[in-house]
Formats: sequence, C-alpha cells, structure tokens
Amino acid sequence: MNLALKDIRHGLGRFVLTGTGIGMLLMVVMGMAGIYRGLVEEATLLVDRSGADLWIVQSGTRGPFAEISRLPRSIEDRALTVPGVIHARSFVSHTIQREYDGRPLRVMIQGLSWPTDRGAWLPIVSGRALRQGHYEMIADASSGLKPGERVPLGKDIYTVVGLTQLMTSSSGDPMAFVSVADALAIQFDQPGEAIRVERIARLARLENIDLHRTQPQVGDRAVQPAGAIPALGTAMVSAVLVNVAPGYDPMVVGSRIAAWPDVSVYSHNEQRDLLLHGSVDRARRQIGLFAVLLLVVAGVIMALILYTLTLDKIHDIAMLKLMGARTTVILALIMQQAVLLGGLGLGLAYALGRWIFPHFPRRVVVLDEDVARLAVIVLGISLAASVLGIRKALGVEPNEVLS
Amino acid sequence: MTDTPSAPAALANAAPDEFPAVAATGLTKTYGDGHTEVRAVCEASVNVARGEIVALLGPSGAGKSTLLALLGLIVPPSTGRIAIGDQVVFADGQFQVRIQRFRREHLGFVFQNANLMPFLTAVENVQLAMEINDVPSRAARARAMELLDYLGVAERADHLPTKLSGGEQQRVAVARALANEPSLILADEPTAALDSVRGRQVMELFRKVAHEQNAAVLVVTHDHRALDVFDRSLEMEDGKLRRGRRALPV
Repeated sequence: MNLALKDIRHGLGRFVLTGTGIGMLLMVVMGMAGIYRGLVEEATLLVDRSGADLWIVQSGTRGPFAEISRLPRSIEDRALTVPGVIHARSFVSHTIQREYDGRPLRVMIQGLSWPTDRGAWLPIVSGRALRQGHYEMIADASSGLKPGERVPLGKDIYTVVGLTQLMTSSSGDPMAFVSVADALAIQFDQPGEAIRVERIARLARLENIDLHRTQPQVGDRAVQPAGAIPALGTAMVSAVLVNVAPGYDPMVVGSRIAAWPDVSVYSHNEQRDLLLHGSVDRARRQIGLFAVLLLVVAGVIMALILYTLTLDKIHDIAMLKLMGARTTVILALIMQQAVLLGGLGLGLAYALGRWIFPHFPRRVVVLDEDVARLAVIVLGISLAASVLGIRKALGVEPNEVLS
Repeated sequence: MTDTPSAPAALANAAPDEFPAVAATGLTKTYGDGHTEVRAVCEASVNVARGEIVALLGPSGAGKSTLLALLGLIVPPSTGRIAIGDQVVFADGQFQVRIQRFRREHLGFVFQNANLMPFLTAVENVQLAMEINDVPSRAARARAMELLDYLGVAERADHLPTKLSGGEQQRVAVARALANEPSLILADEPTAALDSVRGRQVMELFRKVAHEQNAAVLVVTHDHRALDVFDRSLEMEDGKLRRGRRALPV
C-alpha cells in the first residue's frame, strides 16, 4: 500500500493547490533561466547568423559590439585581394527610434552588402529578400511591420518586402535589413538646414585658413555635396565580414589581414566571446545570479511546505511508529510526497511556461536540456527539502498518540 | 455481542500459551529529579494470562496510562522487568528486544480516540497494520475484511474514518489491534468518547476478543458500569497498584 498516494488522494485539492503554487514558482525560475538563455542567444544571433569566418574592425578596437569601430569601405576590396578570402562584405549596424504610424518604432538597422548579400540567409517567414539596392527593407516580425508597409526614414521611404522571425538585437530590439548604402544614409541623414549650414561653415573655414592662397575653384567645391568632394572620402562602416574559401585556414588568412596596421581581426568565436564578455556580460550574470537566487528561494519555500505537510501528519506518524512501522515506511511517505509535489510543480511550470513565455516582449528560450536540468535540480530540492520534515518525523515519539 | 459472527478460524485455533501474556514486576517510572521528581508508577507488578481481560481502574493521575505505556514498550520503565510471552523485553534498565519489531508482532493498541489514518478506508487501516508486518497485500486485505466482518463493520469497510460513527471507528481500531494476532492488547479508555450503550458494546467486544482469540486484554477505564465484562480488575492510586478483585461473571 502506498501511503503517500493514499494521503494525496485524500487531500487532492490541497495537494494540487500546493503543487500549483510550487509550479508557478518553478515557472518563474524556468522563465528566468529562459531569459538568461534568450539574452545570450539574442546577443550572439547576429554573429552566428552572419556566418562570417573573420571580423575586420578598426585597429585597436574590439569591434562594433564592444565599442565604436569605423573603417573605410575600401577595406572590403582590400580583403578580397588576400589569398583565401572568398567573400567580404561591409557591416553597418545602428539602432534608431522613430515615430511611425502614431507609435514609436525602435529597430536595429542592419546593412546588407548589396548586391552580393541580399539577405537570402535570413530566416524570412513572409515576403522575400532584397531585389534592389535601395529603398527596400526586410524587417523582423516583432517590429509590428507588415509586408508592403512604407516606412519613412530620413529623406527616403522604405518598403517592407520581407519579414524575419526571431531576429533581434542583444538589447531585444527587432532588426531591419537594408542595403549598406541605405543603412549609411539613414545613419548619417541630416536635415537640409544642417547641410546648408555645414557647407557655409566649410567655406568660412577655408577663407579663414587659406585666405588669398587657395584657388577660387576650391571654394566652389567646398559648398558642394560631401560625396562630390574626393578629399572627404567615403562613408565609414563598422566592420568588414570575411568568409574564407574551403581549404584555407581562417587563422592563417586572419593573421595575414591582421598584419595591416589599420585594422584588427577577430575570428567568429573571438567576436562571440567579446560579445558575451562585453556588452551583455553584466546583464547575463545578473540574470544568472537572480535565477540561482530564485532557485534557492524555491527550495526554501518547498522545504517549508513539506515541513508543514509533515507537521500535519505528526499524529499519524506517531501512530505508525506505535504500530511498529519501520523508519523506511515513514521516510517513503514524506519523500514520495516531496518528489510528487516537485514533479507536479515542474510539470505545471513547463505547461504554463510554454503557454505564457511566447507572449513575453523579449525572447525566453527554454531548451529541453534546461528542463531536464531543472528536473534534476527539483528532484534534489525535493529530497533536500524533505530533510526538515524527515528530521521532525524521526523525532516523533510513539507516545504522542497518547496526548 | 451475540450478533457478531464467530471468530476467524485462524484465530480461534490459536493454542493457549504456557507463559502469561504479560508478566511485569517492580515497574517504576520516575519523571524529573530532585525537587521536581514525580513517581508516575511505583513498584507495580502485573500478570495477565492469555485469554484474560483485565480492567485497570483508578482516578485521573493515578498512573494508569503510564503503566499501560510501560507495558506497551512506548516509554521505558525507570526500573523493573517486563516479560511478554516467553520473552523478557525489558530488564536491567534497558529493552532486550528491538521494540519496533516486537510491538508490531506481539502488541495491539486501542485508544480513547480510534487514531485511524484519516486518508485510509476502514479496511485499509486494518490492512496497513499487517503490511507493516510484511504480510502480502492481497492476504492482508482478505484478513482485514475477515476481521471487520468478525467485529460487525464489514459493510463499512470502504468508508473513510470521517464517515464512520465513533463506535464503528473503535471497532475498526480493535480490528487493527487484532490484525497481527497479538498476544497482548492494551486499551486506554477506549469507551471514553462513546455513549454508554456503544461503550458497553466495545467492552463486550474486548471480552469476545480475549476469550475467542486467546489474547490478553488490559483495559484502562473509568467506566465502572461495564466492570462485569472483565475477568478481574486492578486499581491504581498514586502510581501504586492497590488491589485487584474478581469481577462478576457476565
């Protein structure tokens, strides 16, 4: 006869209610671990999905995810001359927050190196990849944008041609993909008045510095658009992503590029580590510690619940002892209930989590292996938590039946 | 109790024992020490034969329940000797047997409150006592049903204790006490929570159990109206067994 099951059947409502409480607590633990994993996944998503073997960044910097990195786009062409480099593309990334359709639209603009990169590697769930070098956008579904919507950014209007799923930045913002040229145009967009003032300022600086020594045509060119002035150079990008041809060692190719004095080179894994130990490190550790703290709290609460359940049975335990029941019978009663309570809680936590977590604003990633790990932890907590109750039960004297 | 069925065959055939069911000599139980010392039981000697039902009488605080607890190996005596059947279970200030095992094999208890497991049905409560004693589940259930039938509560076998009357609960408790064919049944005011009619029924049940199943039954009671049920009685006062007398035959 299984006393634990009989007792549970007798007080089923109470057991389910207690299990539900524990389940909700474990769901929070599971959710916190899921947020932790989601943060890591969001942080490394771009690095992983881009598929680059090497990241070329501004010399002495740790790359665009750690700090500001600015490179001339010509690095892309230079990289292509290195033996073993099969593909090189510019990386431009910046976050904008604009008013759109009466609501704030916050997205991370990501440049695609048109025409070689049209976003075919993206997880497009609706619509298509880019078909033209300007004014088309692939946006993540979490941005709330729909295919066909026209979004004004800067002086241009971008048509949403495709939607991705689960493409978010390390801060949880949805990504929007446009060509590198468009990304730069959005990033460096200035109002007409600011451009006019800058052109006049250029002329004024020229007159102040080079008065009576400069050819008159220089002044004429100073007030023209920046792109028409060769001395000003092209816009800068954040990084250049390089793919190495099969048969070549990325480390060897990387070390050859790293010999250039104006760049630093990181492998895919190095860039990933920089991300995890850089921009998201504190948040990651904070959430990780909070998850551990929650687990401890869950353990303490479970211990108290199991202790209270044991206290309710003190008289019955005393009677069992009086009847000569072995200690194992009493231990089994308490421990089986503890494990069943933990199991019920875990099951409810999993079911509730699967239902609730997808509605969270940021990704909550609960992997099967995490659930399995939590199951082992819950089993451990259940057994550890029952120790208090067991200690109490073992201390019960049979003569308590007489009281 | 003429309306209850006759004893189960396995019980009715139990052979009389040449040893008394319980033989205790010089039992003393002292609590505290120095100025706070209290002698709950003082130099008490008790002999109860198998098949005999004995009442233990006395005012509140006389030490009756403590003596019962000593004989039931629930608390150890301060001094004295206890033999149950042919085994010395307490001597020289310590238990001579593994008391948990000994209790489940040789002793049965009934208290003022039935103390049934609230989450088990009547039959499961009786079955449990046997399963604790390693009787296989199916056999235990069959014998539990047999006992409930013997005690007249078989039709209530699948009811939880909360659905049973006080008298029915006590009958189930008696069935549980009988489950492992104990040589000694100790009952502490088993009728205190019952009205006089049901109380007498329970007392008669103990007499039936003692005589038909060859068990020694020692009952602590305040109820002098049912003294005729007992073979004899013992009286306690201030921790001492004062005197005993033979009861009138029923």
